[in-house]
Amino acid sequence: MTADAMPPLIRFTDVARVYGTGEAEVRALDGVSFDIMPGEFVAIMGPSGSGKSTAMNVIGCLDRPTAGHYFFNGVDVAGLSRDQRALLRRHYLGFVFQGFNLLPRTTALENVELPLIYKGLPARERIAMAREVLALVGLEGREHHDPSALSGGQQQRVAIARALAGAPEVVLADEPTGNLDTRTSLEIMDLLVRLRRERDLTIVMVTHEEDMARYADRLIWMVDGKVARDEPMPEGPLHAAPRHQEAGA
Amino acid sequence: MIWETVRLAVKAIFRNALRSFLTVLGIVIGVAAVIAMVTVGQGSSKQVTADVESLGANVLMIRPGRRAMGPGSSSAQARPFDLKDVDHIIEAVPEVETAAPLGGRSLTAVYGNENYATQVQGTDNRYFHATDWPVVMGRPFTASEERSGRPVCILGETVRTELFGYSDPVGETIRLGTLSCDVVGVLEAKGASSFGTDQDDVVMMPMRAFQRRIAGNTNVATIFVSVRDGASTDDAKLEIEYLLRDMRRIGPEEEDDFNVMDMKQLASMLTGINDVLTGLLSAVAAVSLLVGGIGIMNIMLVSVTERTREIGIRLAVGAQARQVLMQFLVEAVVLSLLGGVLGIALGLALAAVGANMLSVPFTPDPLVVLMAFGFSAVVGVVFGFFPARRAARLDPIEALRHQ
Ligand SMILES: Nc1ncnc2c1ncn2[C@@H]1O[C@H](COP(=O)(O)OP(=O)(O)O)[C@@H](O)[C@H]1O
Ligand SMILES: [Mg+2]
Repeated sequence: MTADAMPPLIRFTDVARVYGTGEAEVRALDGVSFDIMPGEFVAIMGPSGSGKSTAMNVIGCLDRPTAGHYFFNGVDVAGLSRDQRALLRRHYLGFVFQGFNLLPRTTALENVELPLIYKGLPARERIAMAREVLALVGLEGREHHDPSALSGGQQQRVAIARALAGAPEVVLADEPTGNLDTRTSLEIMDLLVRLRRERDLTIVMVTHEEDMARYADRLIWMVDGKVARDEPMPEGPLHAAPRHQEAGA
Repeated sequence: MIWETVRLAVKAIFRNALRSFLTVLGIVIGVAAVIAMVTVGQGSSKQVTADVESLGANVLMIRPGRRAMGPGSSSAQARPFDLKDVDHIIEAVPEVETAAPLGGRSLTAVYGNENYATQVQGTDNRYFHATDWPVVMGRPFTASEERSGRPVCILGETVRTELFGYSDPVGETIRLGTLSCDVVGVLEAKGASSFGTDQDDVVMMPMRAFQRRIAGNTNVATIFVSVRDGASTDDAKLEIEYLLRDMRRIGPEEEDDFNVMDMKQLASMLTGINDVLTGLLSAVAAVSLLVGGIGIMNIMLVSVTERTREIGIRLAVGAQARQVLMQFLVEAVVLSLLGGVLGIALGLALAAVGANMLSVPFTPDPLVVLMAFGFSAVVGVVFGFFPARRAARLDPIEALRHQ
């Protein structure tokens, strides 16, 4: 990769996110620094409570660092208002959640239309685009199904379609396969990889599963709100070293 | 975008159709009540005016006391009129065609096993003449009956039906309270007045008999005057006032202790009462609108809590606080407008039925309908704002994590 020549899409410099004060203080992020280049696929792993979701929330502009700086495309997010961060999400970011988070009693098509509504697209264009993206994730013919009438894998496809509908630069996926069986999980990963290639996406994904993490080309391992490892996806077993550390702690 | 929001709101409302309907019931009732009352009230005012005008522009009513009604009207303080005053007016004022005394009392009329609560009026034949109200069975009072105070009576059509059904009342004796009274005639049916009161629900008696046997004094509560064709009612009114001031020895600095009302004044007085009534009832209806608004606020708060995750999702895909606020505000407004529209429909239907029952014209006022519509919108905005603001202020992360 010629990543060094390009400015980073995401830059964390000494980011801290502290919940509570005094005795009850929790340092969910405690001095985290990394750069993510356009087009990268990064897997974030680490034990539960290590700050992975908090990091994703900050990257997704749903949350702000309590200290340090987060630059998105060179812009310090700390200086942005709530509404400006909403605009960042609208135009640059797509979210995929573990629990899918589709609107209940709302068709797949309407779920996918949602970001396009806030982009101010007229209905006709919106529907055309939502259909196109649904076809892209392999849900042609399911446009008018309610989430409740779809399998877990299909629901996550709808969620991915929704994340993609707004044509974002970055897709943030927090344990996207956490609720799915292995076979479906692998299908979803194949889909993400294909979409990344077709749409030049940057993907940041939190996962507990080694098999899923292997789809990424870079691994960030977090422990206690800090980055313990940050390296290209290793060939060998991923869990070995940190597990050993945990056991020794 | 606004249409998008309205569409969304309508969808959300119909997703919980029954709950939405129950929520807007307060608004429906409030608006329906206002529309029905104002519409019937206006119809009735129109009817009163029309009736009074049809009675003739040439009629005057004279009552003791300074004002026609309300405070200061107490005729107890003012000297009452008596029968001599009636004759005096006829003799002294050339514009006057005729005048008649009037005085009434509510009593129960009894015949055999039948009894019926009605109004007993003391008057004389001149009244039937002045109001063009013929006696259709039997006969009017005789001069000796009018003079002597013998208890005889002429029945209104309703009283006749109630007491006698299909049999002939003339020559029979009825009881009015404790007084026995011979029926000498029946008046022509007149129908309902502008207030829906039945003008035929009356028993007429010679004034002297009424004074002696029922009222127990020689007072005349009202003098009814009809002005000659071609003569000016205003002139007649002035002359009567001048005459009465003289007769009652009212000094130049003193105010009248009686009042002479023409039909224009009578009409405005009656419609005035109507307006006060309409206003009062509308105030009650407004309270019901307020309660309806609180109902909407309540259900919108519930809805915001239930849909916290939805709000989180919307924020995540880039909705701004303002847009979430609008979504819930529009929902509240659409909800209360829906209530408003249902209320307007129901209110107009009630008004149509009510107008028919009171036999007043059904004349819906577009302005009132428009105002009811606007008022429901305002209720939606006012009571929807707080829940909508709560939705808009949600933290996206917590909203997404909700439940
Ligand atoms: N809203 C919050 N209030 C207080 N503590 C929180 C909050 N969110 C997360 N935390 C704490 O921050 C730490 C990191 O949480 P999280 O980022 O969710 O971990 P992970 O996703 O890696 O499991 C945990 O100790 C968690 O309890
Ligand atoms: Mg997590």
